[in-house]
Amino acid sequence: MFYIFCPYCDERREEEEFHPSGQAHLVRPTDPESVSDEAWGDYLFFRDNPRGIHHEMWVHRLGCRKFFNITRDTTTYEILETYPMGEQPTITAETARVRREQGVQTADGGWQTVGAQPENSTLNEETSS
Amino acid sequence: MSEAHFEANGGNVAVFDTHPSEVIAAESPLHWSRERGLVDDVAGHDGDVKVVERPFLGHLILRGGAITLDEAVRAELGISLPGKPLGLNVDADGSRSVQWLSPDEWLVIVPGGEEFELENRLREHLGDAHFAIVNVSGGQTLVELSGDKARELLMKSVTYDVHSHGLPVGKAVGTVFAKTSVVLRRPNETGFELVIRRSFADYCVRWLLDAGREYGLRVESPSSR
Repeated sequence: MFYIFCPYCDERREEEEFHPSGQAHLVRPTDPESVSDEAWGDYLFFRDNPRGIHHEMWVHRLGCRKFFNITRDTTTYEILETYPMGEQPTITAETARVRREQGVQTADGGWQTVGAQPENSTLNEETSS
Repeated sequence: MSEAHFEANGGNVAVFDTHPSEVIAAESPLHWSRERGLVDDVAGHDGDVKVVERPFLGHLILRGGAITLDEAVRAELGISLPGKPLGLNVDADGSRSVQWLSPDEWLVIVPGGEEFELENRLREHLGDAHFAIVNVSGGQTLVELSGDKARELLMKSVTYDVHSHGLPVGKAVGTVFAKTSVVLRRPNETGFELVIRRSFADYCVRWLLDAGREYGLRVESPSSR
């Protein structure tokens, strides 16, 4: 159970009051008519699935009913920060404190990552038993 | 129902008085519960919790910028907008209140019949400012909880910390009540207030009756204005 800080209500509330709304900081192409199908498809359908730091949108649906952003570690479920819409995260995957092998690739369209590499490649290798 | 008035506020918003000119029977959100014998017109309260509906009040939702709305509400209602999130400002005799709902949204509750006149005065005062006023009086109702065990009753019902350090006087929060949502208000030392939705009113009443059975709870709801 999360205990989430709502930046608008300015206090912590039970997770029951919130609902997750997917990846944050998606930018709609300003001129959808002129973007390639691939870039449009990336924007519309493909989302990051990182191992580690993830920025996601949540809505305080039973409280102030506002959307805001959460930086969360997908491996530990730890919520590192919450911040209002329109602001940028202070903690990212590039932040020195959390910098390590994220195992994340970025697709050609530049929007999303298409897969996660294991932190340790030997995990995927078959062992002779 | 009175005729729609277009002449005020530049003719771009239709407003109407939801109070009919001739007296007709009105049904509060607890009417369904009343028909099933869950609610009394006048309940004898010998238990530790007293639950009373305050039906037919005027509820207005104000949306817009805090500074312009504060000026208008202060001038027309005599109450300032709460300066901080989760604030609740009540006037001297406790019958009118302004509550923070979200960064650009406030709930005004006034005695029934005052809301239409107040809405018009606010619209006039705000003029061309960017704002919205919606009369939601028919969609929700106010229920007062008081008594020694009112807090214990709420502790069984909401996830929020209802102790005085979590919910002091002058604070109001939107939160989870049973499996639905309510606005939980603390207007004074003696009790709490719940703003519940019309469609969930019967559910909330049944929950309160069940949770308050050990305290001898009865629900009172005046059947007329």
